[in-house]
Formats: sequence, C-alpha cells, structure tokens
Amino acid sequence: MATKRTIRNIPQTRTPMREQDPKARAANFEEVACGYTLDEALRESERCLYCPDEPCIAGCPVGINIPGFIKKIGERNLHGAYDVLTDTNLLPSICGRVCPQESQCEGACTVGVSLEAVAIGRLERFVGDTAIKEGWVNIPHIEAGRFKVGIVGSGPAGMACAADMAKAGCDVTVYEAFHEAGGVLKYGIPDFRLPNAVIDAEIENLKKLGVTFECNTLVGRLFTIEQMIDEMGFHAVFVGVGAGYPTMLGIPGDSLNGVLSANELLTRCNLMRARDFPDYDTPVPIGRRVAVVGAGNTAMDAMRVALRLGAEKVYCIYRRSRTEAPARAEELHHAEQEGIEFHWLTSPVSILDDGHGGVRGMRCVRMELGEPDDSGRRRPVPVAGSEFDFEADLIVYAIGTNANPIMGQTSSLKLNTRGYIATDDDLATSVTGVFAGGDIVTGAATVIEAMGAGRRAARSLKAYLGIRDPWRPYRDADRDDAGTLFGIDLRERNFARVRVALKADS
Amino acid sequence: MANFEIVAREDFSDVTYLLEVRHPLMARAAKPGQFVIVMLTARSERIPLTIADFDGHKGTVTLVIQAVGKTTRQMQQECRVGTSLHAMVGPMGIPSPTTKAKKVVCVGGGLGVAPIFPQARGFKDSGAYVIAVLGFRTKSLVFWRDKFASCCDELILCTNDGSAGIKGLITDGIKVALDRHADIDEVVAIGPPVMMKACADATRPHQIKTIVSVNPIMVDGTGMCGGCRVKVGGQVKFACVDGPDFDGHLVDFDDLMVRLRRYTTVEQAAQERWSESCRMTRQVGPSALDALARGSAEQSELLELPELNDALGG
Repeated sequence: MATKRTIRNIPQTRTPMREQDPKARAANFEEVACGYTLDEALRESERCLYCPDEPCIAGCPVGINIPGFIKKIGERNLHGAYDVLTDTNLLPSICGRVCPQESQCEGACTVGVSLEAVAIGRLERFVGDTAIKEGWVNIPHIEAGRFKVGIVGSGPAGMACAADMAKAGCDVTVYEAFHEAGGVLKYGIPDFRLPNAVIDAEIENLKKLGVTFECNTLVGRLFTIEQMIDEMGFHAVFVGVGAGYPTMLGIPGDSLNGVLSANELLTRCNLMRARDFPDYDTPVPIGRRVAVVGAGNTAMDAMRVALRLGAEKVYCIYRRSRTEAPARAEELHHAEQEGIEFHWLTSPVSILDDGHGGVRGMRCVRMELGEPDDSGRRRPVPVAGSEFDFEADLIVYAIGTNANPIMGQTSSLKLNTRGYIATDDDLATSVTGVFAGGDIVTGAATVIEAMGAGRRAARSLKAYLGIRDPWRPYRDADRDDAGTLFGIDLRERNFARVRVALKADS
Repeated sequence: MANFEIVAREDFSDVTYLLEVRHPLMARAAKPGQFVIVMLTARSERIPLTIADFDGHKGTVTLVIQAVGKTTRQMQQECRVGTSLHAMVGPMGIPSPTTKAKKVVCVGGGLGVAPIFPQARGFKDSGAYVIAVLGFRTKSLVFWRDKFASCCDELILCTNDGSAGIKGLITDGIKVALDRHADIDEVVAIGPPVMMKACADATRPHQIKTIVSVNPIMVDGTGMCGGCRVKVGGQVKFACVDGPDFDGHLVDFDDLMVRLRRYTTVEQAAQERWSESCRMTRQVGPSALDALARGSAEQSELLELPELNDALGG
C-alpha cells in the first residue's frame, strides 16, 4: 500500500488543461478547452485525498460519487470510472464542461482549503469524452414496466428525468418544440464550449435506454398536458420547458433593429448555424462594435460568439463589479483572454438611433456600489452626472429571462406570482400526475441544477407511480412497520427484480 | 409523428401558391388565428406562416404562400405533391378569441387573404353576419372567391386597377362596408403592416374594435428569442406567444415596419444570388443540375443559396 496521501505529498498545483490560443480561437468555433490526456488525468487524480467527509458529494446537485470515480481513474480503470459516474449522472461530458464547479463540488473540496481544488469537472469530462470515443454506454438491464411517461422539453431537466424514468422501466417519450433535441444545450450553449457532437452522443445514449424523442412538437398548443394524461395514455408527465422569455431593458431604443436578445443571437448562431451562412439559410446580424449587457454565462457566450462572427470590438456592460458577475470563473477568464473589453459598474440609459432604425451607440451611466440588497450583493447606484456615450452598432441583452407563458396559457397548472409553475417540495404541480422542474419552476439557473431537478422529479414520479426506488431506504425511521412487508410499502405496485450472479464455486 | 408530407398543391398565380400538408394532430388542434413555423430543408430558415385552412377529417393543414424571398421561392420550386417539409411545428400563437360579435368585417389583403379565411368561417360558425373585404392588385391574382362566398354574407372585392370588384385600396372596401352597416361590432384585418395600419386608421374614428394579426420576423415561435417583439399600447409584446392578434388601434405599426426591415440588405443579396442560380439552372438544364447536386463541393456551391427571413408569416 502506498503512503497515505496528505495535503503535503499530493501534486501541489492543479493540472492545467490545454486550450486553444486566445487569438486563434477568437476566430473559430472549435472547442476552447481541449480536455485532459490520460497522463494529465492520472496526475490530477492523484490530488484527491479521499477525505472521509467527502464534501464534494454534498456539493454536487446530483450527488455524484466523486472520490469513487477519481479512484477508478487512478487505477487506470476508465470504464470503471464511467460506471461510477453514470450511476448518478448519465451526461458526464456535458456536466464536466458546463457545471459551475467552483461553487459546487470544487468549491467544497478539502484540498481547495489550502491549495487549488481538485479539477473534478475536468476529470469528469475526461471520463465522459473517453466513453464517447470508445463507444461505451451503460445500459442497465431494464425490466419493462407498464407505465408511460411523457416529458415536455428535451433540455437538461427533461433529459435527466427521461434517463431515470427509462431506467425504472417506463416507456418514455420526450417532446421538443424545435426540430432538434437538446434544448438550451443546443440552441444556447455555443459549440466552442459544448460541441453539438457531444450533446448528440449523449442523446443517442438516452435513445439506447429506450427513450423516444419527438421533435417539432409544441406541447400546450398541439396537445395539452391534460390531453396527455386523459387521452394519450400517459400515466405521468414531467414539465421541463425552461424559462426562455428574454427580458428587455425597457429603455429608449429597445426596439431598434440593432438590439436583440442573447437568446436570439445564440439560437441563430448555434442551432440555426447562421455562422455558416450562406451554406445555412439563417442570417445573423454582425456588428462591428458589439455591446453585450449583462455578465452571466449567457452574456459571456454572446460576447464570444459576436467575436467569432467577426466583430472588431466587443464590450461587456455590467452595472455591478467583477466580483458580483454571475458567470462561471472559467468563462469570465476565457472572455478576458480573448480580448473582450469589460466595463464594470456601467449601466445603460438609452440606445442611440442611427436615424435609419439601427443603432449608433449606447448612452451609459457610471455606477457605484451601495448597501447590500436582498441578494446579499451590494446594490449599484448611479453616479450623478456621469453619463457618457460610446459607439456600438449591435446591442445584445443578456440580462435574464422570464417564465415562458405557453404552459400557463394552455393548461390548468397553477403558476406562482412570477409566472413560473408552482410546485410542492416534491416538484408536484397542482395537476395530479404532473410534475415540473428546472428553470420553469425556479427561474433561470444552471444546466446541472436543471438536471438535479429532473432527477428529483423522477424520484417523485416513481413514488407517484409506485415504482420502487432503489435509493430509498427500505425502512423509514419515522414509520412503523404496519402496512408494510419487510418495510416495503404494500401499496407499491411492483418490485424491482434482482438478478443474482451464480457463484461458480458453490 | 407526422412527416409533413405535401398532399396537394395549387398555384394561384406566378407568386402565390397553396400547399396542403398532412399533419392529423395539428389539423385537429388548429384554430383560427394561429400559425406554423416550417423548414424546407435541414439547412433552411425557420419561417412563420399563418394557417390558411385546416381539415380535421382529412388530417391536413393548408398554407398559402407568396414567393417573396429566397426560402418561399425555393419552396415554390421544390414543394411538389409527395415531397415532405423538413419540419413543421404548431399550431402556434393564441387563437383568435371567439367573440360574441354579431356583425363582423373580415379584411384580407395580399398575403393576408388566405389566413383571414378561417377567421371568417369561425365567425360564421358562431352565428355572426360576416362581411369579407378582400384586396388584390389585379384580377389575375384573385383566389378563393368561391370559398369566401360560401361562408360570408357579403363579399366586397377590391383591386388596385379595378379589373375585378371595386377599384381602389382595401380601405375603400372597408368604407363601403361601414357605409352600408352602422352596427358593425368588430373588424379583423390581416395583411401587410401598411394595410393593417390603414385599416386601423379607417376604423378608429368609428371606434370599432379592430383586431390585426402581426407578422414580425421570428426564429423559434415559442417566446424564446424575442425577435418578434412589437409595441402594443406602449408595452413590449412577443407576437409568437402574446399574439399574433393584437388590438389594431394600439399596435405601433411604424415600429413594426422598421423591424421588418432588419434583414433587407441580406435579403436582397440572397434574392439576387437565388435568381442568378435559377438562371444558370435553366441554362444548364435539369440533367446537368442533377449532376451538380451529386458533384464536388466546389460545384455544389452553386446550389447552396443564402437566406433571409421572408417575414411572411403573421
């Protein structure tokens, strides 16, 4: 047995990941971060202390057994690492790329207290990419049940929920309004951060689990949630349609032709492939000087897309300071490397008209940070008399989204005051058999949070359908055994079959 | 799900054509005032088109399209009976509300003539007295006269040159209707923004409720991109999920018209490329075209054409 790992004897610095040169990559849509090689992954895996409290697992919204998969990497058992990962997360290549690890698993990492945290996300991506390259899939033995489950929206929440329900033996159909599945992963996140090939590979895995994808289907309008339950034979439905509806600033000049939402820019460029115009038909407005309002992940994506489309100058306009910027640290860093010009503590006042319906610039005001607000962040307040103009011909709003109204318009689902779907703690909606999760419940959040919600909803769906959930303890501490068989609720409708391998020597 | 097969086609003129697409689920779900988004090929743009008719028994949805941009011209050339669209999603938008109006005027101009039909039929079905005012440039462009006649109590046809019906613009037709009837409850108008604006202006002095169906540029049609935002009564609305029907007296048409010109430059360039390629196609002939389609990347560039949003929907 090797010597016990301590904070002193592990590699002290995090293994860097190779990246495309900032100058070169600002002109292409190839992935920026190239991923670890086996040697790099092995070195990084040596940095995990296998500490007893495993705070990283608690920090992960889906509770991946992180030390478990890292240990397998260290043993050079990559398939084993993939098995551990896919026990809890079917989409490691996606999560390894887009999770905000610094505020989740890596933020909780024990190593991170004194050194740089273990690069959990990069290791996860390494394992996921290896699996795609090698064609590994983890298809468990699935005993087909008799339940039909409908999932509305093929984004991260829907995909995660679909995976769990398919594994539980349900006949799962996922409906998507666009012509391609993947939701925000496809239309929102650009290829240089999450290549479409990776998403398609993960969707193929879901199909191998038996999940059916139906695109070009606008649930609510083509058929309603109620019809799915009453007429189409679905025993339960999960709604994960995302938030979507982009917020406009509501300042003069909002409706000028050079002003668009980050959603529109990204959808045109990513899903509709406007970047390959005229090989693809959809056009995208190309600005010489582009100003993006906001500093979240979507804003970073929009800026970097604008740069790759050929903008000479790309500005980030944010009313708070860099510390408060909601983007992932890595995205912010990448954007800075690529030459995005950041204007912190700056807030737009109006968009200036060029006289032909277009934009010639933006009027802004300087801000300073005042007292903390409800979010705990210091509230920005305008500095009197600090207004100034600058030149720009394309303005992109990336200041958040509101609830998509279609579900509310077409179903009797109860909404909260902000228009999102109201659910209880188990993600059950006001309609029996209908559960909801992801951005349409919480408002805009991250991909992994939506996946976490999809999985949480899957548990509730199983409980609702009476499918035994192997994660649930057989005996609830607060319940006596009355009405149970060995602690299993007799009202449950089926039992999972267990396959036991025969021992050769017995 | 449906494979969006085209089961019938009719050409009304050299620019206007009808496609009947098989989609049984949508044919049952569609209501007057709604639209679809179609993609001709995997590389095409998503274009919004108002549903011109739907037949739940036959399981088909009818679209009437004017070839004005690259995509709609390409569709005119490639959509034959038996071929399929790459994608068709819908029905989108809030259906026109069924009102208690007893006497209505349904106004359709140009590309708005077809989509006003389900509205007129809907009103007739709910027992209203329906007056249709239809505007065309000239007699040869007139279509669906009989179809309207079968569900309308009065049909007022206007042509710019007077070759059919009354000579004049659609507003002249509305004036005729207003002169004949003092008790009109509602006017519904679909057509180019400039026409809808004129309709709203014509009814404003009479304070008659006027509903228009706006047709801005959109991408997804599900409320996600915000490209279709319009100003209605000073508020920003998304035509795809908050509309497409709005109170015509509140819509900022000037803003709408400016926003429809977002891609004019690319559109013109694309059209020129398209026309040029069509001319070459005719010169080289269909067999040579097939060879090209199978040919090298260099050659096939001739066939891959630029695009723009035809801004045809609404």
